[in-house]
Amino acid sequence: MSAPGAPAIRVENLAKSFGAVTALVDVSMHLDRGECLGLIGDNGAGKSTLVKILSGFQRPDSGQIFVNGEEIGLRSVDHARSLGIDTVYQDLALIPTLSVAHNMFLNRELTGGLGPFRWLANAEMRRRARESIEEIGIRTLRSVRAEVAMLSGGQRQAIAIARSVHSGARILLLDEPLAAMGAKEGEMILDLIRDLKASGHSMIVVAHNFVHVLEVCDRVNLLQHGRITLDALSSETSAEELTDLVAAEYRAAKKKPGGDNGNDSQR
Amino acid sequence: MATAGAEVPTPERRAGFGWRVAGAFIRRREASILVVAVLLSVYFSLENEAFYSSDNAKNIAETMAPIALIAAGEVMLLICGEIDLAVGRVYALAPAIVYVVSSEEQHGYPIWVGMIAALVVSGCVGLTNGVITTFLRVPSFITTLGMLFLLNGITLHLLAGTQVFMPGGETFQKIFGSQPDAYAFFFNSTFWWALGLVLAVQFVLTWTRWGLHTIATGGNLIGAAEAGVNVRWIKIGNFILANLLAGFAGILDSTRITTIVPLQGGPDIMFLAVAGAVIGGTSLFGGSGSVIGAFIGVAVLIILRTGFSIIGVSAFTFELILGIAIIASMIVNVQVARLRNLGRLQ
Repeated sequence: MSAPGAPAIRVENLAKSFGAVTALVDVSMHLDRGECLGLIGDNGAGKSTLVKILSGFQRPDSGQIFVNGEEIGLRSVDHARSLGIDTVYQDLALIPTLSVAHNMFLNRELTGGLGPFRWLANAEMRRRARESIEEIGIRTLRSVRAEVAMLSGGQRQAIAIARSVHSGARILLLDEPLAAMGAKEGEMILDLIRDLKASGHSMIVVAHNFVHVLEVCDRVNLLQHGRITLDALSSETSAEELTDLVAAEYRAAKKKPGGDNGNDSQR
Repeated sequence: MATAGAEVPTPERRAGFGWRVAGAFIRRREASILVVAVLLSVYFSLENEAFYSSDNAKNIAETMAPIALIAAGEVMLLICGEIDLAVGRVYALAPAIVYVVSSEEQHGYPIWVGMIAALVVSGCVGLTNGVITTFLRVPSFITTLGMLFLLNGITLHLLAGTQVFMPGGETFQKIFGSQPDAYAFFFNSTFWWALGLVLAVQFVLTWTRWGLHTIATGGNLIGAAEAGVNVRWIKIGNFILANLLAGFAGILDSTRITTIVPLQGGPDIMFLAVAGAVIGGTSLFGGSGSVIGAFIGVAVLIILRTGFSIIGVSAFTFELILGIAIIASMIVNVQVARLRNLGRLQ
C-alpha cells in the first residue's frame, strides 16, 4: 500500500514500557516528506524512546510503523538504515579515540582486498570524509585524521550529522542536536538543519528549546507522559503558547498527581 | 597532514608547547618504550658483558615470546573494555589436552589432532568467558577469576598433578619448539611464532573492520551499539582470540622445554602480560592500545629481570623495581587518558 503521497513516517498507537516505567502510552504521529518536525516535551516524556524505536534500536511493545506508506516492523538499526532512516543520538554515537574519518564510516567501512581477506581502505575513507565535511560546510575542522576527543561539541554534532547524511539517509532523526552548545555553535547546527531541509531530507528534531524548534521546523509535536498532546504548524503557534502548555501540565500534575492535561490536536 | 577546510584554526583548542611535546611522546608510545628497551639493554651490557651475548639474547627471546602472545590477546580485550585473568591457566591447560589426546600413555592420536583439540578447548574457554560476560552480564574480572581456579582444577585432574613429557616428534619440535643446531638470528621457533602472530594481531587491530569495531566497542560501548556494531560478538570474539593465543603459547613453551607442568603460567604470566600491555600504551579504560607496544613492553620487563639477575641484583630487588615500574606506567596510563578526554594532549 505504498502511496506516492504517503508520509515518510507514520506511526499508530505505539506503546513501550521498561519494567514498571511506561515511556510511551499511545503515540500516533506522522512526518511528511521533506518536512522538518519538531518533537518537544519534558524530560522523561518519552522523546528519546520514540526516537530509538523509529531508528530500530528498540522495539515497541505494540503499535504500527509505516515507512513511505508501507507497514514495517523495524528489526534493527541496520534495517532502519536500509530504509533510509538514520539517527544522530544525543550521545552522538561517536568514538572519541577514533579519527573523524573512521567515525564517519563506523560500521560502513570501505575495504579493499581479496575474498575473505579484507582490509580498511583508509585513504579512500579520509578522502570521502573530507569531501562530505566540506560539502556540509564545517570549516573549523583541521583534519579528518584528528581524533574526535579533540573536537568541540558543535564540531562533533556536525560530524555526527554529516555521517548520517553521507550514508544516504533521507529521513534523519536528530536527538537534542543543540544540547550543551554555545550560541555560535548552535547557530551553525541550525544552518546545517536548514541546508538539509533544502536538499529534501525529512527530519524529526528533538529539542528542549522552543525558540530553536520554531525557527527551523515546519510543524511541532508536543509529547507529554507518553502521548502526543499537540500537533501544530510552527506558523500557528508560538514559544509562549508552548511554554504555557508545558507549564499548565506541570501545574495540573501538581494538583492532581498522574493527571494528564492534554490540549488536544488542532488538526 | 592533510587538512580539510582549514581557513579558521580553533584557537581555544591550541595546546601549549609542553603539551604538544608530551602529546608527541605519548602518540609515539611504541617508539618511546622501544627507546627505554634499548637504553636498558645498553646499560646492562655495559655493566656486564654477559648480557651482550647470543645466549642471553636467546634467553630473553624465548622467555618473552609466550608472554608477548598472551599480551597480544589481552591488548585486544583491554581495548574492547574487558580483561581475562584466566589466560595463564589456559596456557597450562592446552598442552595438558595435547598430552591426553596424543601421548602414547594416553590416547595416542597424531600430534596434530592433539594440537587442534587443545586449540578448540582454548577457544571454547574464551567463548564461555565471553558469553558469561556479555549475555549474563557478569563483569569479566569476576567471570575470569572464577575461570582461573576452575581451569587449574581441570589441568591438575588431567595430569594427575604431576609433570609429564610433551608428546610430538622431531619435526613438531622443530616447527613449534627450538632448533638446537641452527638458531636463526640466535632465536628459536617460539620467538618467530610470537613475532609473527603479534604483527598479525596488530594488523587486525589497525587495518580491519574487526579492529576498528574493537576500538569502537571500548571507546564508546553505547555509541558503537547505536551505530550497529555487534558489541557482544566483538567482545566474545576477542575472548576467543585471547584464549587461542594463550593456548598456543602454552603449546609452544611446553614443546620447547619438552615438559608439561600443571602449574606453569598461571596468574604470574597473565599479570606480566597485562603489565607489558599497559607499559606499551594500552589504555586500562578501553578504546586504545597497541599490540606491538605490548610486545616491546613485555620485552622491557624481561630485559629488566634478566639484566638484574646478570648484574647480580637479587630477585627481591627486581620484584620491588618491577612493582614501581608498573605503578608508574599505570599512573602515566591513567593520566594520559584523563588529559586526552580533556583535549589537552594533541
